[in-house]
Amino acid sequence: MHSLLTVIDALPAMLAGTLVTVSNVFISLAMGLLLGIPLALAQVYGSRPLRAMVGLYVWFFRGVPILVLLFLCYGLFISLGLPAESFAISCLVLGCTSTAYQSQIFRGAIESLPQGQLKAARALGMDDRTGICSIILPQALRLSIPGWANEYSILLKDSAICFVLGTQDIMARTSFAAARTHEHLALYAAAGAVYFVLTLAVLKLLGRLERKVQIPGYTAIGVEPEGMEARS
Amino acid sequence: MTSGIEIVLSVRNICKSFGAKRILTDCSMDVKRGEMKVLIGPSGAGKSTFLHSINCLVPPDSGDILLEGRPLDRSNKKALCAFRMQVGMIFQDFNLFDHLSARENVAIALRKVRGMGRDAAAHRADEELARVGLARQAALYPAQLSGGQKQRVAIARALAMDPKVILLDEPTSALDPELVGEVLSVIRDLAADGMTMIMATHQMDFARALASEILFMEKGRIIERGTPEALLADGSGTRTRDFCTRLLDMGAQAGHD
Repeated sequence: MHSLLTVIDALPAMLAGTLVTVSNVFISLAMGLLLGIPLALAQVYGSRPLRAMVGLYVWFFRGVPILVLLFLCYGLFISLGLPAESFAISCLVLGCTSTAYQSQIFRGAIESLPQGQLKAARALGMDDRTGICSIILPQALRLSIPGWANEYSILLKDSAICFVLGTQDIMARTSFAAARTHEHLALYAAAGAVYFVLTLAVLKLLGRLERKVQIPGYTAIGVEPEGMEARS
Repeated sequence: MTSGIEIVLSVRNICKSFGAKRILTDCSMDVKRGEMKVLIGPSGAGKSTFLHSINCLVPPDSGDILLEGRPLDRSNKKALCAFRMQVGMIFQDFNLFDHLSARENVAIALRKVRGMGRDAAAHRADEELARVGLARQAALYPAQLSGGQKQRVAIARALAMDPKVILLDEPTSALDPELVGEVLSVIRDLAADGMTMIMATHQMDFARALASEILFMEKGRIIERGTPEALLADGSGTRTRDFCTRLLDMGAQAGHD
């Protein structure tokens, strides 16, 4: 009973923390989306030096732990005399990391499209920019939704680590309450439940989006049998 | 320009290598308005590469391409797009845009390349789909169409750009036998309407009936050319005749299975 009261007591603070977590993840995902698509295009269609540069970026952010990046970025801000604001640093580090991962989701989707799609666009007189915007990306982005949903769920949970810089997210508020009341079990169970609900709700939304933009005749496993020409 | 023998497309001395492998050697042809040129030859002869090099989807290493007497500057991207807009292309495997309905497949280039409004483009698309007998399938997506229907949408998509010439790269090779007829009949109608076409095909009866000229390719060269009558006559002793006889024999054998 006492632990339940502790959780109820901590709830307003945890909900405020939820807002911080959601903002952090939303900003980072948006940054990843905005930068990940051009990065993927550069890696598929770009010149050799450009591809190498993108490869280097992806290699770095996939290779270094987020915890290390957070302290690294913090140190960098301090040494440059910039205000070491924890929320901004969290968004920057998660955003850069997500950019790397998202670029690979989009690159995979673009490369999975048949070569003939861009060829047909060119044959109709489209320049590559038009072909990519009107033909390639609409198909590639549809294919990216499952991978993107996965990236969301990973990023949401990775964001918990940002409390080490003092970002006032769910994790920070929970650990503060736990240190004060020693009700670790109940409080962290509640925190886990909040993360769980946030994951589930957005995955549901993305699943709905995926069905909404589905191309008629296509299913998750490819093409519906009746839509396919009969092959003997 | 008003004479009946006006040359629409002129292709001169096209050469292409992939690495050390020579694919095309000095391929040339002049296509007059309303003509149907048919490329035949064994697979690997370079027919498909030749067609792709004409609109620079496979850029040739050397050679000249002239549309209505104007040479194409391949290094100028704008000029290349404008050229391709006037040269339709039909692919063996259709290459319809999978995320667009039949109508949108035809309309998209009208909007994005020719700058037409959405309604005008959709209207024009419906006209072209009706022309290939697909008025009722306009709202269907590629995955919902048969192979023959997909290829007819691809033809409508090319026609909508008002091309001066259409290149057809084995348009019926990926189709089941019972679907070949509907696509050939659309092409036959185009020929009857005076559309200028260059077509690679293995459909010999079709080539014999409709070709203005047959070009026989082997090892990247055009080694024989002439009217179907001249190349396919009994006792003409041409490589074309020899090749066709073997094709027909194979067809007869398959028929006995």
